[in-house]
Amino acid sequence: MAQAQLLLAGDVSVGDKLPPLPVDVSATTVILGALATRDWRPMHHDVDFAVNRNGTRDIFMNTPNLAAWFERYLTDWSGPRGRLGRMKFRMRDSIFPGDTMVFGGTVTKLETDDAGCCWAEISVQVTVGDKSPTDCTARIALPSAPDDNPWKRKADDWKP
Amino acid sequence: MTKTTTTTTELPEEVKSWIGQVRYEEPTEFEVERGYIFTSCASVQNGNPLYWDEAVADELTDGITAPPTMLSAWFRPHYWAPGRTKEAQPLQVHFDLKETLGLPEAVMTDNEIVFGVPVRPGDRLRTHQILRSVSDLKTTKLGTGRFWVIEVQYLNQNEELVGTESYTGFGYGRNA
Repeated sequence: MAQAQLLLAGDVSVGDKLPPLPVDVSATTVILGALATRDWRPMHHDVDFAVNRNGTRDIFMNTPNLAAWFERYLTDWSGPRGRLGRMKFRMRDSIFPGDTMVFGGTVTKLETDDAGCCWAEISVQVTVGDKSPTDCTARIALPSAPDDNPWKRKADDWKP
Repeated sequence: MTKTTTTTTELPEEVKSWIGQVRYEEPTEFEVERGYIFTSCASVQNGNPLYWDEAVADELTDGITAPPTMLSAWFRPHYWAPGRTKEAQPLQVHFDLKETLGLPEAVMTDNEIVFGVPVRPGDRLRTHQILRSVSDLKTTKLGTGRFWVIEVQYLNQNEELVGTESYTGFGYGRNA
């Protein structure tokens, strides 16, 4: 197996900060994200529709693609053994071409469930300038030891 | 959408009847496949070796899986297909609400996803939608309309739950 990053639950403490991730958003970012999620709605590729029908200033990122960005941010930190259990996010405002969105995260809770699975709760903020258009709370399973692997958990051993 | 005002108005009986009802049980239009997995990873520059390195995937996940957040992508209909006379809509309950409530515009505000059994290339997923709630009329900076919550459950060909997604939408008419 290729050497893969390994973050253990014991390496993490409440209050730990995840490294920030700045992303320059272009029209391509928005449109590629919409197509990758099979979202054909025009407000994600048609400026005229977005401005004159939706009343927004430009095309804007779609929700499923933002979920993919959150996942990428979280697993960049956890490495491939990190297994997402749950993710909740809110769109307060849209993200447009020309924006630089910056992901930042904080570990807010650590726990081990009754099946022995170690969980980290992460609060992720996305900022654009001085605004925070969206944030996310995620629950991600981390290995307890080098020979533990949350992906092997099945049925009642997986309680996301 | 932080400043809102609320007006209590009765929901149409048809919409009330949808709340809690399992609707639009349907299979996805195609099998889970790796091309879309690459496209999804490329769209967010996700270098997780689970999706690029088969040796890592074999060891950690018993083979290639799809990024969990791709769930909704698998059930979105083709933009066009032979014999289709009108555009098929994903999350049809959302569009039913827009039409029945006379709210021409809509945005999604909240999204919660719970991930179950991993999704793999070759899987045939099925979904259904359940309307959980519809709010009173509210006025936000976008316009006047209603918030609603729709839950989508996803199962694989082995009847295993691969995920549950909950969407909060706001359907509205733009303020004059």
